[in-house]
Amino acid sequence: MLKDRWRAETGAPVAYPQNRGAVSAAKPQTRASHGLEQFFSSIQDEQNLSILDFAGASQANISFITTLGHRIYSNDIVRTLEETFGGDGEFVANQADPVRCGKFLRESLDFSENSFDGALVWDTLQFLAQPLLQDTVDRLFHIMRPQSYLLAFFHAEEKADTIPLYSYRIVESKVLSLTPRGQRKPAQYFNNRSLEKLFQKFNSVKFFLTRDHLREVIVRR
Amino acid sequence: MWNKRKEEEYPPKAGPAPAAPANQPKENPPMSTAPAASHHVSDSRGPAIIGKSVMIKGQIFSREDLTIDGEVEGSVELHEHRLTVGPHGKLQAGVKAREIVVLGSVHGNVEASDKIDIRKDARLVGDIKTARIVIEDGAYFKGSIDITRPETSKAAATPGAKPMVSTPSPANAAVVSAPGGDLNR
Repeated sequence: MLKDRWRAETGAPVAYPQNRGAVSAAKPQTRASHGLEQFFSSIQDEQNLSILDFAGASQANISFITTLGHRIYSNDIVRTLEETFGGDGEFVANQADPVRCGKFLRESLDFSENSFDGALVWDTLQFLAQPLLQDTVDRLFHIMRPQSYLLAFFHAEEKADTIPLYSYRIVESKVLSLTPRGQRKPAQYFNNRSLEKLFQKFNSVKFFLTRDHLREVIVRR
Repeated sequence: MWNKRKEEEYPPKAGPAPAAPANQPKENPPMSTAPAASHHVSDSRGPAIIGKSVMIKGQIFSREDLTIDGEVEGSVELHEHRLTVGPHGKLQAGVKAREIVVLGSVHGNVEASDKIDIRKDARLVGDIKTARIVIEDGAYFKGSIDITRPETSKAAATPGAKPMVSTPSPANAAVVSAPGGDLNR
């Protein structure tokens, strides 16, 4: 399996709140996204694809993807996580419960092999603890078609106690709108090596590091 | 309760108002306890309504607009009409209609030949097939969305284009009339 080398590129102005302790104002911010641009470039000449969107149903994402001629499958994974594993205090600890983990995987990723031609998982993976995280990534591998792409975001600042949660809305093929949904403690922090290990079953992993400490990862199945 | 209009037999549209019952004295004109419009079988009377205390298990077929504010388990079909799932409505059913407005909860696959409108606080779990979809922020949806565009508009689809308004082809053009309220946003 070949892996692309780590590549860093600067992105758009800061979308990451400066005062991490403060409650974020629910004002959307737009930012350029090289990862999103690459994701849509990979499918630009195709139609009737099935795209998995972990952001939950939004008019923007539905309209954008269906206007391209594709079908979208929406699921608000963060909401499913909160409903399955509870509130802030127990959210990570409850992910050690295999019964709840099984329920989460059944409710979120119960699809047959090769069901999707692309997956927009946004920043949801960083709120999953092991072994649920690896089970989820393995499940994504199973349900994605070969040569399809997955886009994921990981906050790169390891010293933050909490990181912002966003609703991700597609504005254009390379522009996102991020609406804050609050703050949450991540289950773990990632560096490039840990991300390569996480996606080791996949064909390739490419990184884009942005000025706002957000690591965009494009993974090829 | 079922709307009484569903159970009574009404005179034909062109006919006069219903005659007074034979045992009523002539000097007391018949008094209707229901609004006069309810005795007419025209579309202007409004949609049929399944109230919030009603629970139905089975199949519902309707040839008029229908509002469901109760519970339905089974299937609902209104091919040329609008279905409104009210805020108290709970459907565990497959749904087919010309237009579907969801303010309550639907668990099942949904097919609308024209449009689906999912309002804030609504909940829809299931696969959607429709020509147009509007979903408000705050609505919960989980499932797939297939936009069934007419052939003439497919070639014009470009990235970043504004959504959903599709131009019907002459062969299947339909007049969309909303009986009440403007769902267009």
